[in-house]
Amino acid sequence: MEVKRTKLGNGPDGDFRARGLAARAMLRGELEGPELDEHVEESLLLTTLDRASNWMRSNSMFPATFGLACCAIEMMAIVGARVDVARFGAEAFRASPRQADLMIISGRVSIKMAPVIRRIYDQMLEPKWTIAMGACSSSMGVFNNYAIVPADKFMPVDIHVPGCPPRPEALMHGILKLRKQIQDDPEMGWRSRYGGGGTEEVVESAAKDPVAGHSIGVSGGGRMGTSA
Amino acid sequence: MPDATGLELIAQELRERDADGVLDTTFFRDKAALLVTPASVAATLEHLRGKGYRFMASVHGVDYFPEEPRLGVHYELLDMATIDRLTVKVRVPLDEPHVPSVTNEWPTADHQEREIYDMFGVIFDGHPDLRRILMPEDYEGHPQRRDFPVGGEPVFFTHNEPRLPRYTQ
Repeated sequence: MEVKRTKLGNGPDGDFRARGLAARAMLRGELEGPELDEHVEESLLLTTLDRASNWMRSNSMFPATFGLACCAIEMMAIVGARVDVARFGAEAFRASPRQADLMIISGRVSIKMAPVIRRIYDQMLEPKWTIAMGACSSSMGVFNNYAIVPADKFMPVDIHVPGCPPRPEALMHGILKLRKQIQDDPEMGWRSRYGGGGTEEVVESAAKDPVAGHSIGVSGGGRMGTSA
Repeated sequence: MPDATGLELIAQELRERDADGVLDTTFFRDKAALLVTPASVAATLEHLRGKGYRFMASVHGVDYFPEEPRLGVHYELLDMATIDRLTVKVRVPLDEPHVPSVTNEWPTADHQEREIYDMFGVIFDGHPDLRRILMPEDYEGHPQRRDFPVGGEPVFFTHNEPRLPRYTQ
C-alpha cells in the first residue's frame, strides 16, 4: 500500500498556515483592501438564525434528573463511558426543571404520578423536548392496567423509544433522532403535529420586540421555525 | 407448622372459648388455616398470640368471586421461636364488607388494612385512619376486585385483530 504524505496546509482548501497568519494580521489591523475582503469572504459561514440556534440547542440538551422505574437504570448507563452521551452535549443532567430542556420519561407513570410529571414538565422552560422511554410510558407495556397511564395522555411527547427496557444504545438512538429533528426538521415537533400553535410561553416585554423575543425562543424554540 | 391434628386441637381450644367462632379448618399443602367469623377475629388472634404466634407477618385481601361470601381477609401469623406459621381467614359478603380492625392490637395491620380497603373495599371497623393508601383519593372503585375492569389502554397488536375483533374500540 502506498502511503501518501501531504503537508498540512497544502490541501485543496488552501494554505492552512497562511490563513492563520492572515487572521492574525486582520486582528492586528494590518490587513487592508482586497486582501481583507478575500479573508473575510472565506472566513464567513452564512446560515439563518433559526438554523444556528437549532444547532446550538440540539448540541446542548440538558435532561432533567429523575428516574421512574427500571428504564432509569438504562438511562443512567448512557452517561457512562460506553455510549457516552457527552459526545452530543447531553450529559449534564440538571437537578432543577428550570435548567433542563429534555425530559426522559424513564419508566411507568401511575395515575398518581402523572400530575407530578406534568408539573415538572410545565416548570421546564421553552424550548423543551420529551422522550418517552420504554414500553410503559408509550403503550403501558406489561403494566397495561388500571394504575398506569401512557405519557401521551397527559403531556406532549417528541420521541418514543420502544423496548422493555430499551438498551442504552436504543435510548441514544432516540436522542440522536431528537437531535436530528431539532436541527433539520423542527416542524416535526409536537406543536406542529398536534396543532399546538399559540401555546408558546411568551414573555410579554419580549413579545413586543421580535428580535429580543427570538433570542429567548418565543418562536417556539425552533420547533415552529418562523411560523407566526 | 402445626400438623392437621395440631390444627384441630387449636380449633378445639378456640371453640371452647367461643362455640361459634371457628367455622372451618383447612390443612392444605402443609399449611394450616382457620376460618373464623368476623366477630371473633380479634379474640382468635389474641388467643393465638398467647400460644406463641406473636408476629403478624401480613394481612391479605382476597376476592373469591364467584363464590360467596365473596371477600376475604387473611391474617398470616408467625411463631418466631419455633418457625411456625398459621393463617386465620375471614369471609365477608360484598354487600356488607365489615371486618373489625385489629390495628390497636397489631400495629402492623394499619397500612395493610388500608391497602385491603383500597383494593377490595373491605371496611375495617375501628381503624384509626381508614383512607386509600395506593390509589388517588378521588379514585372510584376497588381495582383488585375480580369484576373490576382490567382497564388500561387498548394496544393495537396485529395478533389482537383476528382473536379479539374490535378490541380497540
